[in-house]
Amino acid sequence: MDEEYVLMKGNEALAEAAIRAGVDGYFGYPITPQSEVMEYLTAARPWERTGMVVFQAESEVAAINMLYGGAGAGKKVMTSSSSPGISLMQEGLSYIAGAELPVVVANIVRGGPGLGTIQPSQSDYFQATKGGGHGDYHLLVLAPSSVQEMADFIEDAFELAFKYRNPVMILSDGAIGQMMEKVKFKPQKARRSDDELPAWATTGKTPDRERNIITSLDLDPYRQERFNIHLQEKYRKMEAEEVRYETFRTEDAEYLLVAYGTSSRICQKSVQLAREEGIKVGLLRPITLYPFPKDQVAELSTQVKGMLSVEMSAGQMVEDVRLAANGRIPVEHFGRMGGVIPAPEEIVEALKQKIIGG
Amino acid sequence: MAEVDLKDIIAEENVVYKKTKVLTDKPMHYCPGCGHSTLHRIIAEVIEEMGIQDKTIGIAPVGCAVFMYDYIDVDSQEAAHGRAPALATAIKRLLPDRYVFTYQGDGDLAAIGTAETIHACNRGENITMFFVNNGIYGMTGGQMAPTTLEGMRTSTTPYGRDYHLMGHPIKITDLVAQLPGTYYVTRQAVHTANYVRKTKKAVRKAFEYQARGKGVSFVEVVSNCNSGWKMPPVQAVKWLDENMLPYYPLGDIKVPQD
Repeated sequence: MDEEYVLMKGNEALAEAAIRAGVDGYFGYPITPQSEVMEYLTAARPWERTGMVVFQAESEVAAINMLYGGAGAGKKVMTSSSSPGISLMQEGLSYIAGAELPVVVANIVRGGPGLGTIQPSQSDYFQATKGGGHGDYHLLVLAPSSVQEMADFIEDAFELAFKYRNPVMILSDGAIGQMMEKVKFKPQKARRSDDELPAWATTGKTPDRERNIITSLDLDPYRQERFNIHLQEKYRKMEAEEVRYETFRTEDAEYLLVAYGTSSRICQKSVQLAREEGIKVGLLRPITLYPFPKDQVAELSTQVKGMLSVEMSAGQMVEDVRLAANGRIPVEHFGRMGGVIPAPEEIVEALKQKIIGG
Repeated sequence: MAEVDLKDIIAEENVVYKKTKVLTDKPMHYCPGCGHSTLHRIIAEVIEEMGIQDKTIGIAPVGCAVFMYDYIDVDSQEAAHGRAPALATAIKRLLPDRYVFTYQGDGDLAAIGTAETIHACNRGENITMFFVNNGIYGMTGGQMAPTTLEGMRTSTTPYGRDYHLMGHPIKITDLVAQLPGTYYVTRQAVHTANYVRKTKKAVRKAFEYQARGKGVSFVEVVSNCNSGWKMPPVQAVKWLDENMLPYYPLGDIKVPQD
């Protein structure tokens, strides 16, 4: 498959890219609409290709704690799940953030709350970008909008995870996970040998060093506060250096749609439809949801007359858009919920009613 | 009578016991008479004697032994409450030539972490699990544990544990012994010198068997919790003998057949 385009589901592309990125271990638990990830991995037998461990855990709780253990041993480990399963992982993610471990978690979001539906949704934005578990922490969140990006973001995610020693979430949804598109993979990367593991990893205390301890515990409030300040400095550095976004026809835009993932693809069509009617609309697509491209929103808020945040949710990212626009222009939300995907025409109509007409 | 010089007394050839190098010099926070400190020492001694310090990774629990990594000088990870077997599973599968052990209390292993315990044991992970059972939640201040005996008073069963309301004390060690993935399952104690010697043999076997790659080695240690039981150490030891051991009898439950 080297250098060749293949037709694949997003979930399968994520799995194949994980093997090629030299991932050491995948630990997961089946849930719709992401079960193809583990199905692909177990069928592909990467333990024969690269030595990668693929493991079906007894629960998402166990899976995320297997990531804690594996990452603590310095290995490149990942999991994938969908919304209810990701909720179960929140305790583990908080510990992983607190112990500063590099892991990658893909959330193929489905509609909620509760058991909800198995249809695609974007209603986990708050959970993904604001922490999700207990304590002051952030995941670094990448939002793919194509099957190609499902593949490409694996390597990016691991690079960021190890750069910051921080959990990274690939926030996708059931549409991108299930749809088939052409995808081109990078060549196989070798897995790291045990000699190449990071110095902080728990690999066995050799006489030449102190023991390594992976923990999120420090009962001394002043030391714990200093640690929290360190975490916040790390997040400020991410905000300064890791923001990723795309713009589409914003140069002359008088109105702006803001959307990520599946919604951003639909919004491209909405931009075309609106422009056919003579309405100059552009699109800002955040690729990192945390850190959020707030400077770009702020800058565009001095150019356009209003913004519409388009999400498959009741309106979550709109709060970040509003904060960044800081009252300069009207910012409204349009979305469908419960697994319903909006049509491009609906979005244009919402733009007219909520922003242009308002 | 000739005068004896102190230097002669402390001469190397007179040393009959000294602290293992695998224990750090940090004073332990455990209450006087608690079994945790004894089991820590035994584990550290066995690691030193087997020469596996550079290959051993320990997983500390949530509970009184949460600071195990301050005392046992091996690379260590601190797990969320009950999840140590999940961490150990991944570490062992990713670093299969290392010795990986979990150290857990009764609340950690037999209440909140039951699923992780059962499934790690059923899969036959090549790890060693140490389970300290003192029938009470020590760190949080003496609440009911899954292993609290019937009639036993705790801060959440102030009139005694009533099985009609709270169920029966769980014999999880007997339960995991039924699973095909466990290789060696034993129940020991550390409140007398004789039991300490037996426990040390069990700990040694539990590490040695890990190298055979035949499944979980599981060592329960029935211990007293003087503070949680609100008894002076001597009374606690007597209470342990008279109440805990009849319900949790000591000895091997499953021994290797090959």
